[in-house]
Amino acid sequence: MLRALQLEPEKCTGCLQCEMACSFENEGVFNPAKSRIKVFGFHDQGRFAPYTCTQCDEAWCMHACPVEAIVVNQDTGAKEVLDAVCVGCKVCTIACPFGTVNYSHDTGKVIKCDLCGGDPWCAKACPTGAITYVDIDNTGLDRMRAWAQQSSAGSASFNVPTEKDVQTYSQAQ
Amino acid sequence: MAWANKVLRVNLTDGTISDEPLNMEWAQQYLGQRGLASKYLFEEIDPQCDALGADNKLIMTTGPLTGTMASTGGRYSVVCKSPLTGAIACSNSGGYIGAEMKNAGWDMVIFEGKSSKPVYLYIHNDDAQLMDAAAIWGKSVWDADRILHQTHQDPLIRISCVGRSAEAGCLYAGVINDLHRAAGRSGVGTVMASKNLKAVVCRGTKGVGNIKDPMGFMQATEDGKRVLRENAVTGQGLPQYGTQVLMNVINEAGAMPTRNMRETQFEGAHSISGEAMHEPRKSDGQPNLTTNAACFACTIACGRISTVDKEHYTIKNKPEYWGNSGGLEYEAAWALGSDTGVDDLDALTYANFLCNEDGFDPISFGATVAAAMELYDLGAITQEHTGGVDFKFGSAEALTLAAELVAKGEGFGKDLGLGSKRLCEKYGRPELSMTVKGQEFPAYDPRGIQGMGLAYATANRGACHLRGYTVASEILGIPEKTDPLSTDGKPELVKAFQDATAAFDSSGLCIFTSFAWTLDDVAPQLDAACEGGWTTEKLLEIGERVWNLERDFNLAAGLTSKDDTLPKRLLEEGANAGPAKGKVNELGKMLPEYYTVRGWDQDGIPTAETRQRLGLA
Repeated sequence: MLRALQLEPEKCTGCLQCEMACSFENEGVFNPAKSRIKVFGFHDQGRFAPYTCTQCDEAWCMHACPVEAIVVNQDTGAKEVLDAVCVGCKVCTIACPFGTVNYSHDTGKVIKCDLCGGDPWCAKACPTGAITYVDIDNTGLDRMRAWAQQSSAGSASFNVPTEKDVQTYSQAQ
Repeated sequence: MAWANKVLRVNLTDGTISDEPLNMEWAQQYLGQRGLASKYLFEEIDPQCDALGADNKLIMTTGPLTGTMASTGGRYSVVCKSPLTGAIACSNSGGYIGAEMKNAGWDMVIFEGKSSKPVYLYIHNDDAQLMDAAAIWGKSVWDADRILHQTHQDPLIRISCVGRSAEAGCLYAGVINDLHRAAGRSGVGTVMASKNLKAVVCRGTKGVGNIKDPMGFMQATEDGKRVLRENAVTGQGLPQYGTQVLMNVINEAGAMPTRNMRETQFEGAHSISGEAMHEPRKSDGQPNLTTNAACFACTIACGRISTVDKEHYTIKNKPEYWGNSGGLEYEAAWALGSDTGVDDLDALTYANFLCNEDGFDPISFGATVAAAMELYDLGAITQEHTGGVDFKFGSAEALTLAAELVAKGEGFGKDLGLGSKRLCEKYGRPELSMTVKGQEFPAYDPRGIQGMGLAYATANRGACHLRGYTVASEILGIPEKTDPLSTDGKPELVKAFQDATAAFDSSGLCIFTSFAWTLDDVAPQLDAACEGGWTTEKLLEIGERVWNLERDFNLAAGLTSKDDTLPKRLLEEGANAGPAKGKVNELGKMLPEYYTVRGWDQDGIPTAETRQRLGLA
């Protein structure tokens, strides 16, 4: 089963555990500045939101790369940067509509989320479940469930007989 | 090794900046942050110096775990001599700037001297420069923050800043970081402003990478997070209600100081409680609380993000206050509310916004307003002094106007900026000041929680709940329940809490973890990160050493055992209501035994043996 990172901003508290986990896994250092996932705070609105690469199927970064340094990991679906091939031209950073591929001047290469080879550390570190790693075909499942629970249609009426149903049934018998 | 091993020294008089290695010998004895900076301060300044003079120094300091994945590992402290108390000041704050400073490669920044004109310090990793602060001097923290972000064109900078209250000399001004987190108490912001230092702007991209045993550290910090997650207070109570989880609990215990501590229960407690912050308002159907928020690395997330009702009288025509900002914590809700008799949640939230916007301590401010209300009640001050304001207990209008005046240091706000002690002295009723060593009480009445009386009387920075929070044991039963109305065993309990707290405060972690953690949970995290064999025993010894060092600073500053006392009201007037009705605080029963337990003589001076044992000789 392929999986994807599911981001639920309403659960984010802005603690940056994900940024530290990411930088630790990828760079061996606790350093939000080197994280592939970023948490943004919108103070005035009282909101935080984590954001990172969504691993597009038709990945523009990959298509734009002139030296084929971005490749698909067949096991995870992640678009991964081959450091040995990347020439630091930054064309992928222009191609990505979401800003999730970035250049690192320390290494002269670009960095982006690679799903940690199928065990993303950001998701493991998130204390509130704002970042989870779920079935790629069902990233909306929890949100659908929450809406279903809230909706009046969900109040048992479609699959549990009402008293009236029972009466109608009894009379018919 | 988790320490960055580097200190930035800024001489404001000369405008020079230098760096030096951290004294690692001291780091083994004082760990970091509160302990280590207190050691530096004691070594470098004359404790008798004028707190607002060029001879005082101001230290911004991180701990070894600041900037790491340890839960709550984002704390920093501001350490100096206090202008409010004349004692040592150490105010701790969360938010993000502590970690940013550490990520830039600095354990500590030491400011010395005094600049001839307003400046701010800009740090970008190794690069540090003093910049002209003309454009932000005279501005609120919020305005300065916006201007600095525009100036530097960098959305990722973090800022610590003082407000107009500090510039105007309010004696309990704090240093605000990240808009609404505060190194709040004892006037550390007043000291910063007295040096003509408006702000510290920081951007760090180096990170913390020298962990001793990285995988061991990940395991130890994960173990710690599990304990926090599974604990009822840190896993549920604090995220849901913040520290405001305490409002109804403490009120029921009869330990809710009300109307300048005349009373011990507040009839309006529910209206200003954590529960009330969740209730929809009548006017717009929105609750006061928007969400909870975490400081850097914190997996508890007790912070409150709130709004004031747009229709409320305080902000009706002020759209600049219609957005979200830092909401009420328990201490602020108590001081602004119960202590002044005001039960209007939106008024308190607005006053709290102003405390953040212009950087003054809501505890000392609220308690000073409460003292002024009592002076007014007794006729010692009149509308002539208050500028025509009816300054009666329970008046939300008086409270919010007072906050506006203190924010800018105008009118009656100048008197209120003196703090409760000086205000009550000025108007001839010193006994009405609810302070220890000149610092206002926080939100626990020591008649209903006996151990807190001793904790307040002996706290090295004046009345403070964060130096030995025996409430945990006496009310909440953490780590074990003791009788709040009894003095039995309290000297030992207070000492144990004080020493452990000093160790927590020196690590880079938040003291709120101690609702769930003991030093047994902290030691493995520190030991995996730092060289030096960090055990619980070593941490307790460090805590005790830090406590005694602070005591030595205060003794050298001229304080004596006479300052280890409480206002007459708490020693002689019985509580008026609740489980402690009729009881006073029995400090006299506890203090001599406390001195003995501490290894001090009966004048409160550490004995030669104690100094020897702790390596302070």
